[in-house]
Amino acid sequence: MNTAVARLQRQFQDYIVSLYQQGFLDNQFTELRNLQDEGTPDFVSEVVSLFFDDCAKLIKNMSRSLEQPENVDFKQVDSGVHQLKGSSSSVGARRVKNVCISFKECCDVQNREGCLRCLQQVDYEYKVLKTKLQDLFKLEQRILQAGGTIPQVDI
Amino acid sequence: MEVCNCIEPQWPADELLMKYQYISDFFIAVAYFSIPLELIYFVKKSAVFPYRWVLVQFGAFIVLCGATHLINLWTFTTHSRTVALVMTTAKVLTAVVSCATALMLVHIIPDLLSVKTRELFLKNKAAELDREMGLIRTQEETGRHVRMLTHEIRSTLDRHTILKTTLVELGRTLALEECALWMPTRTGLELQLSYTLRQQHPVEYTVPIQLPVISQVFATSRAVKISPNSPVARLRPVSGKYMLGEVVAVRVPLLHLSNFQINDWPELSTKRYALMVLMLPSDSARQWHVHELELVEVVADQVAVALSHAAILEESMRARDLLMEQNVALDLARREAETAIRARNDFLAVMNHEMRTPMHAIIALSSLLQETELTPEQRLMVETILKSSNLLATLMNDVLDLSRLEDGSLQLDLGTFNLHTLFREVLNLIKPIAVVKKLPITLNLAPDLPEFVVGDEKRLMQIILNIVGNAVKFSKQGSISVTALVYKSDTRAPDFFVVPTGSHFYLRVKVKDLGAGINPQEIPKLFTKFAQTQSLATRSSGGSGLGLAISKRFVNLMEGNIWIESDGLGKGCTAIFDVKLGISNESSVPKAPASPRHANFDGLKVLVMDENGVSRMVTKGLLVHLGCEVTTASTSEECLRVVSHEHKVVFMDVCMPGVENYRIENYQIALRIHEKFTKQRHQRPLLVALTGNTDKSRKEKCMSFGLDGVLLKPVSLDNMRNVLSDLLEHRVLYEAM
Repeated sequence: MNTAVARLQRQFQDYIVSLYQQGFLDNQFTELRNLQDEGTPDFVSEVVSLFFDDCAKLIKNMSRSLEQPENVDFKQVDSGVHQLKGSSSSVGARRVKNVCISFKECCDVQNREGCLRCLQQVDYEYKVLKTKLQDLFKLEQRILQAGGTIPQVDI
Repeated sequence: MEVCNCIEPQWPADELLMKYQYISDFFIAVAYFSIPLELIYFVKKSAVFPYRWVLVQFGAFIVLCGATHLINLWTFTTHSRTVALVMTTAKVLTAVVSCATALMLVHIIPDLLSVKTRELFLKNKAAELDREMGLIRTQEETGRHVRMLTHEIRSTLDRHTILKTTLVELGRTLALEECALWMPTRTGLELQLSYTLRQQHPVEYTVPIQLPVISQVFATSRAVKISPNSPVARLRPVSGKYMLGEVVAVRVPLLHLSNFQINDWPELSTKRYALMVLMLPSDSARQWHVHELELVEVVADQVAVALSHAAILEESMRARDLLMEQNVALDLARREAETAIRARNDFLAVMNHEMRTPMHAIIALSSLLQETELTPEQRLMVETILKSSNLLATLMNDVLDLSRLEDGSLQLDLGTFNLHTLFREVLNLIKPIAVVKKLPITLNLAPDLPEFVVGDEKRLMQIILNIVGNAVKFSKQGSISVTALVYKSDTRAPDFFVVPTGSHFYLRVKVKDLGAGINPQEIPKLFTKFAQTQSLATRSSGGSGLGLAISKRFVNLMEGNIWIESDGLGKGCTAIFDVKLGISNESSVPKAPASPRHANFDGLKVLVMDENGVSRMVTKGLLVHLGCEVTTASTSEECLRVVSHEHKVVFMDVCMPGVENYRIENYQIALRIHEKFTKQRHQRPLLVALTGNTDKSRKEKCMSFGLDGVLLKPVSLDNMRNVLSDLLEHRVLYEAM
């Protein structure tokens, strides 16, 4: 049993390190993981699920605003991007945050095509991150079920 | 003239007489000469003759006597002087030899006579030895017979063969006319003729066991001569001609009785005997010899041993057959039981899953429904649905738990936990219901009750919750007291001895209520599954009846005891249980937080205002991790509404997206909070802005609006900690990166 747990732990470590190295996550995610303890064992998963729900909602609203070529409510889009940037930086979703930065620039100059492109990118990025984090949490569960502990990963 | 001096004829020689004398002398001489010849001849023939010298002497004597007589022949007529001289010489010689012989014979004849007596003696001795030899041979023969008999008897373990062989061999060895064996009957009151030697179909008759002759035989282990007329010896119809041979009877101990039902006997001595009767042939005038009697006794003993062996063997064969049957039956039963258990487990697993899925759907959807807009009637209906489905879910869990408990497949999850906290949690859970029913609950924890213990926290909580819940459920008035203490042996449960080891102790929990009470006769049924007490008051309280049964199982798993005492209906009752828990050192409690908390943050009330849900949650998580009590607000209005003097710090998100004046109301909140607390300036909470960048202009702006500090988002844990310590120490924060 111990070797199975060790194997899973190594897998987890490798995976999470790869996520950092590929730029999906940054330090903030580590901080989030540090906030999780026995009193709040599901803190990270709750925060990220909230984040993804938020993403979905904001993206939907923004795409609605950007739909028609005339009368684009850039204020609304701007606020959406702002929210998204804030949320993504809070959870450490680096790529999403970076896209938001360029998205904001497009919004500032009221570039609809640019905004649409960024919106698509944001959508793609958050979905990719969502899948990756789901896999990570599954690994965590497997380790816990096998009786091991989640290894501390210092990036 | 010579006158013959030897014979003086007195009368004139009678011619006839002379003739006869002449003849006789002649014959005597012949005889005298032939005797030595014969002697010599025969002595020469015989090898052994010790007295040759005597023979020679004797021969000489005879020869001379013969010569004398022969010479006598010449003396009848006138004879010359030479003849007379010869005669005289002869006679003198004869006289000498005869005297010598006579003298010699005096010595020799006794010798010869004694030889004769010795010879007789030796002959007698030889005859005696012959006799003895014959005797020994017979004995040896008998011994051989006994050995052979024994061998025959012991070569088989079949009872009938043993007995038959005994009789046959005995009959042969001792040349008996008849040999019979009487066995005790089932009842033991009679002896039945079981085996005979000669008669092929023995007449089935019995004699009572109490006959004096039988008692006499049974009294001794020797063979006893009995009268041929006694009932045991009278096996054939007696006809007058026969003179019955001598009869001997001997007892055969029956050491092991497998054929007879022991239960059927009236009280009898434990020694059981059979009777063997041996009859010598009639008209033979034979007597029983001692060695024959000994043979019979020996055989009887051997037979007894062989019979007991046979009996034991029969017994063990029977037992073995019985065991094999039982084994087969048990195996079958076990396989059936296993199949049943497997079937039940499969059923439970399937049912569990199948039942839980719809259950989850019902509960989840009803909860969601509760959150929506409903009319009061609808709300009531939804609440009822929720309550019933929760009850059903609990019931299912209980049943599953119980079946796992009974299986023995349930194991305790041991861990370290805080016992004091556990009790407080339980009370917190029960308090709402108790408050509604106006039942005050008190908790008494003994001062020596360890704080950190090792045990199954979840299940212990389940037990305590169940017991306290029951107390609340079944009480209409009164109070409920929960006492927890360390149990030391007392006389209450004398069969439950406490051996406190260094690392374990027994926790005793007493829950006393003044409610409905229980009839003392019902108490044993309480812990049985599904049994409800009869009182009407309890029936309305619901409950599956499984709670106590499950609690009892858990308590037993924890090597403890649980029982209920009640003084009767309406007099309340006390539930008491003991469980074994391990004592843990405080340092090994894993509940210690990973990061050290500053003492001054514990319970620090803070308010977080952030429009972004995610950021709000993260900031809250951060502060909670540091030990603060966090209230959140998502809009500025809410923040203003909620803020109070209790809050020591207010964190507000003032991220400014692009446009300068955008969200200026966030900054204005700071002003408005200042306004709110103008009266109690010292009670005003510290205001910290969370922002995306902290350049100088931003900082100045924050200061101008009355904020005490600025923090760059996202905040790290160490950062926040330092910020808080600084803030509380200095009440102002300038550097915050």
